[in-house]
Amino acid sequence: MANPLYRKHIISIPDFSREELELVVETAGKLKRTPRNDLLQGKLVGSCFFEPSTRTRLSFETAVQRLGGDIIGFADGGNTSAKKGETLADSIKIISSYADAVVMRHPKEGAARLASEFSSVPVINGGDGSNQHPTQTLLDLFTIRETQGTLENLTIAFVGDLKYGRTVHSLTQALSLFGARFYFVAPEQLAMPDYICEELDEKGIEYTIVDSLDDVIPLVDIMYMTRVQRERFDETEFKKIQGQFVLRADMLKSARTNMKVLHPLPRVDEITVDVDATPHAYYFEQAKNGVFARQALLSLVLNETV
Amino acid sequence: MQYTRTVEALKQGTVIDHIPAGQGVNILRLFKLAETGERITVGLNLSSRHMGAKDIIKVENVALTEEQANELALFAPKATVNVIDNFEVVKKHKLELPESIEGIFACPNSNCISHAEPVKSHFFVKAQAKDIKMKCKYCEKVFSKDIVAVVR
Repeated sequence: MANPLYRKHIISIPDFSREELELVVETAGKLKRTPRNDLLQGKLVGSCFFEPSTRTRLSFETAVQRLGGDIIGFADGGNTSAKKGETLADSIKIISSYADAVVMRHPKEGAARLASEFSSVPVINGGDGSNQHPTQTLLDLFTIRETQGTLENLTIAFVGDLKYGRTVHSLTQALSLFGARFYFVAPEQLAMPDYICEELDEKGIEYTIVDSLDDVIPLVDIMYMTRVQRERFDETEFKKIQGQFVLRADMLKSARTNMKVLHPLPRVDEITVDVDATPHAYYFEQAKNGVFARQALLSLVLNETV
Repeated sequence: MQYTRTVEALKQGTVIDHIPAGQGVNILRLFKLAETGERITVGLNLSSRHMGAKDIIKVENVALTEEQANELALFAPKATVNVIDNFEVVKKHKLELPESIEGIFACPNSNCISHAEPVKSHFFVKAQAKDIKMKCKYCEKVFSKDIVAVVR
């Protein structure tokens, strides 16, 4: 029987069942332990970045090539027919007639969903505006499972910009399928949006809104840090909140031994460099895991069985 | 007291009655009723025993479908929609919120891909507490009904 993600579009985390998330995470683990170079042999993947991205694009392209597949595509929408006014619908109809799957990033929200309606091959969302970035969530889940041995009943703190951070929203939705407990640590102006809190309420998931980073450090298994963007505040406001959401090595003394610090990167100054040397730092390994999570996803979408 | 009809009886078509006063014109425009080319009678700010003031729309020769009637529920949840044939009411639609609504409203998110592409807008509708929430199928943003259901 074909795996449940075979030939499926990968657009948004709420589309996934718990079993499908587990399948990707397990497959990523297998591919990390035992690398394969044959799973995409003879497959051609379209890599369509209508908006530039370094990490996501490079890790997708690494994933495809390491699995023996080939890539066509572009790294910047500025050089494509989109610039001439072609609709995304038309572009995708054509690209999907060339490739076996299309990985895409686009500056507009909903672009991947729309593309999936016009594509003859699976579309994998590599980020659509401020909406979804499902492969980031998959690599986060893989990293959490790798460090904690399970996804069940974990306690997670999200810190920083919880309002605009799409990775935070998707990861919250995904972890709530596994009975997580959340702490949200953010300046008032960047608090978790109501619709996410309402979803958690509906599911009966416990969450606490906290204003001090120190208070949550001893309580959590995962500390998920995000960047507070300077441009969202005026200068004095920014100075006032800046120090409150910075993690330094000396603050980690009270942390559980299994506690890991994650960050979708790039970090600026919200995690000081001295944290890198502590056993809690895991963000660079997390970024490396992006390749395995994307390998897992591509393998499952393009092969009946892996 | 003698009862006089303020709007002429309809031989065949649809009567949308008990529309909250002020919503009649919105409904006409959003549902593009005038574009049917049929004769339409509109009553605005008519007196109503239950509502105080109401609007009413009569469209000749057009029988509103169940789906269309349900879309009306967003603006006028207490409206009555009666399909008339030969001066008789042949169907009374009971309005229920539709699960989704297509092609009527534009997505309020200006960065939503649906605006510049050959697709109809599409919202999933969900009643939540006292509000009705609408989630765009494309950008996945959730809006309160009052933000989406305006004439643009």
